[in-house]
Amino acid sequence: MADPTTLQYTAEHEWILVEGDVATVGITAYAADKLGDVVFVDLPKAGSSVATGTVVGEIESTKSVGELFAPVDGVVAESNDAVEADPSLVNSDPFGAGWLIKVTFTELPSLLSHDEYSKLVGE
Amino acid sequence: MPDSRLPPLYAIHHAAGASFTDFAGWQMPVSYGSDLAEHHAVRTAAGLFDISHMAEIRVDGPDAPAFLDYALAGKISALAYGQAKYSLLLSEDGGIVDDLVVYRAGRNNSSFMIVANAGNRVPVVIALQERAAGFKVAISDESDRVSLIAVQGPASRAIVEQVIGRDLSELKYYWGVEMLYNDGPFFVARTGYTGEDGFELYLGNDSAAQLWQELLEAGAPHGLIPAGLASRDTLRLEAGMPLYGHELGLETFPAQAGLGRVVALAKEGDFVGRAAIEAGPPSDARKLVGLIAEGRRAGRADYPVFDGDREVGIVTSGALSPTLGYPIAMAYVDPNVSEAGTALTIDVRGTRVPASVVALPFYKRDTK
Repeated sequence: MADPTTLQYTAEHEWILVEGDVATVGITAYAADKLGDVVFVDLPKAGSSVATGTVVGEIESTKSVGELFAPVDGVVAESNDAVEADPSLVNSDPFGAGWLIKVTFTELPSLLSHDEYSKLVGE
Repeated sequence: MPDSRLPPLYAIHHAAGASFTDFAGWQMPVSYGSDLAEHHAVRTAAGLFDISHMAEIRVDGPDAPAFLDYALAGKISALAYGQAKYSLLLSEDGGIVDDLVVYRAGRNNSSFMIVANAGNRVPVVIALQERAAGFKVAISDESDRVSLIAVQGPASRAIVEQVIGRDLSELKYYWGVEMLYNDGPFFVARTGYTGEDGFELYLGNDSAAQLWQELLEAGAPHGLIPAGLASRDTLRLEAGMPLYGHELGLETFPAQAGLGRVVALAKEGDFVGRAAIEAGPPSDARKLVGLIAEGRRAGRADYPVFDGDREVGIVTSGALSPTLGYPIAMAYVDPNVSEAGTALTIDVRGTRVPASVVALPFYKRDTK
């Protein structure tokens, strides 16, 4: 599991771990908690291009549907097969095994720090 | 009313880690961690629900039975002491102002308790007051004084019996018994909204926390856990039970929702909505059906339903059924595609998902 304090965030409740030119993306524990038990995820396939701010996938709980927004421009390097097979990983380990996609990017947009995101959700 | 009301047990729920949702202006527990675990607990053991947002309205007076026969769709005067009845409060046009449960609360046939949806508390009280003209009845809204705790699931009887020290094996479904708890009024009803055996317990706010804790402690060895409104919704959906604002509304005739039997057209005398119900909905009025689909993607409220390229209906509630493992939905569809077995599609955010019409409910507990 990644240390949440070292991650970057978006206002759409996603976290981003930057390693070289690859951004690993997931949803925050706050978002997972708000959604409730996740029962289905639909993720973009490896090789597909994504643009910042566009909807590229869905995270569905028993009671609602959340959208996955691309936090960066780039190409999907990998989507998490394990979480498609067992969506409850999003709830049990949102910052670790519940990661959703890895995106290869050329430029990183402005993102929120852990402190800024914590302030946003009032925690 | 203030924007957001807290139930009497709010502090207990908060301490238990509940997340909350606004429901009809009340901050109610939506889940205590996992809505799926809560759902399964009710199907296999027991769940404990705080549903104190529900409205309790007393009707007292010598004309109460005749008044309720006039104000509601059912034959309330036929209720025996302690008996409950699911009924409807209709508009003059035959639409549904609310669906509710009525209990006859007094031995002398002059006291009744109506349990209405939280969101309809005000319209129900206003309608009852208007319809009371000429009847010797007093209508009192007790909602702010009464807490309602539900214990639902196959283990519920053992748990409630242990806490109240009384054998409930003879208490039939949709009957209740008046008792005392902490020397205060206490009504134990064998009713619920989950499709399982269960009990709904009415008592004064002051004693609610104590009863909650006693039920939690007595229930823990049986697998009882506190459960929130998210699981309550998936449980009632599997059981094919309508939810006001989704399957029922002012524009809905009871017959469309499969509730024709709830309207006692055979009873003597007039009742509000009678003329409109006798005239009936138009023959092409949509009907409430169940839909089941394959895969994992659920049709949800307001998603359109298609027969080929033709839009023939709309989903009112839907979820991936936790018990059954496939998507289920309730939908209003044109009568010519409402037969069980009809193949339709649901537009799930741009994707047409094949679905089949099925008879409700989706889930029925084994009562053998």
